[in-house]
Amino acid sequence: MMRMSRYILVGIIFGITMYKSEAVSWFRIFEMFHFQSFHMYGIIGSAVALGVLIVQFIKRRHLRSLEGKEIVIPEKDKSWKRYLFGGFVFGLGWALTGVCPGPMFVLLGSGYTVLVVYLLAAITGTFVYGLLRPRLPH
Amino acid sequence: MIPEPLLRFNEWISQPWPWYVAGPMIALVMFILLFFGKEFGISANFRVMCAADGADQWADFFKFDWQSQGWNLLVAVGAMFGGYVAAHYFTPADGHIAHVSAATVESLRELGVPAFASKFHTEPVQYEVGQVPLVPEWYTWLALFDWRGWLFIAVGGFLVGFGARWAGGCTSGHAISGLSALQLGSLYAVIGFFLGGLFMTYVIFPLIF
Repeated sequence: MMRMSRYILVGIIFGITMYKSEAVSWFRIFEMFHFQSFHMYGIIGSAVALGVLIVQFIKRRHLRSLEGKEIVIPEKDKSWKRYLFGGFVFGLGWALTGVCPGPMFVLLGSGYTVLVVYLLAAITGTFVYGLLRPRLPH
Repeated sequence: MIPEPLLRFNEWISQPWPWYVAGPMIALVMFILLFFGKEFGISANFRVMCAADGADQWADFFKFDWQSQGWNLLVAVGAMFGGYVAAHYFTPADGHIAHVSAATVESLRELGVPAFASKFHTEPVQYEVGQVPLVPEWYTWLALFDWRGWLFIAVGGFLVGFGARWAGGCTSGHAISGLSALQLGSLYAVIGFFLGGLFMTYVIFPLIF
């Protein structure tokens, strides 16, 4: 039980952060894509800046995880097509709904039950990708 | 009776969080998950949900050990709890407001977003500086009586689900986890996110509002 509840706790920290920083807001995403505020760039930028330091620290110190295994950071594929094309499609949806997958769960919990439709649509999108995968450039 | 320091704390934490608090908090979440031997990436849950519903009979992409991904579903469940707590207990004095810039309010007016949003309400919505809601009015079931509601909620969700798996990750998996690990692929993905977002914002929005 303890093993599992720790993930819920991490999720709660994440959820409160997304909500309180207004990153869940369609209007904040709209503002970001109009380059009218530093806010969203500040969030992503400072997270990545600190993230780079964290990852370098983990790699250099060969830090071990809670279970005692060395932490391995997965490498992404060496290609660009799937990232650029897939990213483009994702970006269309992101700007349209103003909600990426993380904030979707946050808003769902805060009471916007209509986002169940978004969740089902996203699962459908993932399923259709799974079907078309052999025919798409990667 | 709630003790005074606790009320103060609540007042303090209920303020909108600035970027230099939110960013490091997200990095902390990523670090905690790495420390637990996992990788931060929310959209992988959609693949798990597909596989759990039997999609593995349809495509090899869904043939994987999805039972081992239960932890990620719990992160999503936690995010829902977090959203509930923040929305119900950490409300700032001025309410659920998105503190967007005056320039953004101007852009919203130019685009005529109020005209679209007011379709779902009897009262016309007029955005003023300092009054832009955190969550737009059209995030209601009523919105589904208008084709634009479907476009915003269902089509958008579909594109996010499709694009996230094609790119192998979303904002958390690529923009945060991937860029932090200096992955070139993630940089391409983030460039893709922005090209898509800018295309939607500047080319498609003027057509649908």
